[in-house]
Amino acid sequence: MVKPIITVEHLFAQYGDTQVLKDVNLEVNPGEILVVMGGSGSGKSTLLNHMLGLKTPVSGTIMIDGVNIFTAKSKQLRHLRQKMGVAFQGGALLSSLTVADNVRLPLEQNTSLDTQTIDIMVRMKLELMNMAGTGHMMPSELSGGMLKRAGLARAVIMDPKLLFFDEPSAGLDPTTAVELDELILTLRDAMNMTIVVVTHELESVFKIADRVVVLFNGEVVANGTVDEIKNSPDERIQNMINRQPNTYRDDGEVYFNRLLDKDNI
Amino acid sequence: MTALFNAISNLGAATRKNIDSLGLATMFLLRIVSSLFTGLVSFKQVLKQIYFIGNRSLIVIIVAALFTGMVVALQFYDTLVRFGSVDLLGSAVALSLIKELGPVMTALMLIARVGSATCSEIGIMRNEQQFDALDCMAINSYRYVMLPRLLAALICVPILTAVFDLVGISGGYIVGVHIQGENPGAYIQGVLDTISFKDVLVGQIKSLVFGLFIMWIPLYYGFYLHLNQKNMGAEGVSNGTTQAVVMSAIIMLFSDYIVSSLAL
Repeated sequence: MVKPIITVEHLFAQYGDTQVLKDVNLEVNPGEILVVMGGSGSGKSTLLNHMLGLKTPVSGTIMIDGVNIFTAKSKQLRHLRQKMGVAFQGGALLSSLTVADNVRLPLEQNTSLDTQTIDIMVRMKLELMNMAGTGHMMPSELSGGMLKRAGLARAVIMDPKLLFFDEPSAGLDPTTAVELDELILTLRDAMNMTIVVVTHELESVFKIADRVVVLFNGEVVANGTVDEIKNSPDERIQNMINRQPNTYRDDGEVYFNRLLDKDNI
Repeated sequence: MTALFNAISNLGAATRKNIDSLGLATMFLLRIVSSLFTGLVSFKQVLKQIYFIGNRSLIVIIVAALFTGMVVALQFYDTLVRFGSVDLLGSAVALSLIKELGPVMTALMLIARVGSATCSEIGIMRNEQQFDALDCMAINSYRYVMLPRLLAALICVPILTAVFDLVGISGGYIVGVHIQGENPGAYIQGVLDTISFKDVLVGQIKSLVFGLFIMWIPLYYGFYLHLNQKNMGAEGVSNGTTQAVVMSAIIMLFSDYIVSSLAL
């Protein structure tokens, strides 16, 4: 039995009065690609933010590599985060630094490596991301796809054990999206990383996932392999897979009363 | 009766909100200061901020100081000539600039130029998840982003204030001596005789205090932009920047009064 590297147990989260995550439980095994899938507002980004320790839940625990990230001391959390890489949706590159300076930042701040070694590592990671020759550019000069790849180069510069992706293919043209999916698979195979991807792009899900967790209104409604998800009898999942819109409609009187309600806007 | 209850309730809520904000801002400052002891400060970052705050504000400060000194000299000359005390022009210009106008005008110029730019930069960093990225890279945002800016402000504001004082006194010299025809020796002697070490020290202490507020308040407003979801986005950054500039100016003037009254 493989010991999971991430364990999420009974996670509840809310924004104001709105319950965003409801009793979420899941595990991520070492070396696997877990995709968290769901529609807009299903709570997948909130789940990711909790996994990264950026948000505090109402209740529940998340253990990463044996450390409870909500109760860990800051030194413990710092050590843990040095083993994690995060590729944010928009890259989240520091706008005042060049691409190369962004990529080298974790090494500069967290290691005592000399400048020459850092330079070589930066060049290696930029080449791996097909970004060779862009180190001198500022983030404002990059396209959406390049921003994501530069963000990914920064995320893997420390050769992390764990890599998190927030919507890797969102807003990208189909070719770049496929390239990025290939890159995720390469990272898992070549660097033996455990990868958690949050996305709603079905092509991406079916291509890269070892296991899929489906969130619906903050609840985990399915957790299984791609085939298990594809064959799930759950109507909500089938609607999502077959891209069926929500066809539920109020009856006439309920609809009319809602339009008359001044507070409901 | 209900209206009265509502008014009291709103007043209570507003007071509580302001006390919360004050506590949060104080904790924010303490975190920045304590980050000084958690590792080495990036010298490169501090230099970069000194360049941004100091060097790039220099021309604005020199121009503002020149005209301020000229106007002050003109007004004092007009008053002093009525009492036959034109010889005191140098003293009057120097005292008013070094003790009051120099630190305050420099601070106001820097709030407009540096405070607004800092708040919008930090706010945009918050909007674009750059602070989340720093956290995830195990990089202390307080030490990496905030501390160099605060240190640079504490270094630059007193220096820029000194520049303002010198250029302002020179502007007063141009008006007093070259335009109004006062004796140059009397003007210079008036400046040298009147200004004491204590006057210079008080001016510099003020500029140090102003330096703290010029950077702390915009950093705070930018960093906590996300606390109110309605404040996110371009409009949120714009609102945050406006609030930061107004609040910095008010607190700076209030602290000016406090330091002045303590120094007397």
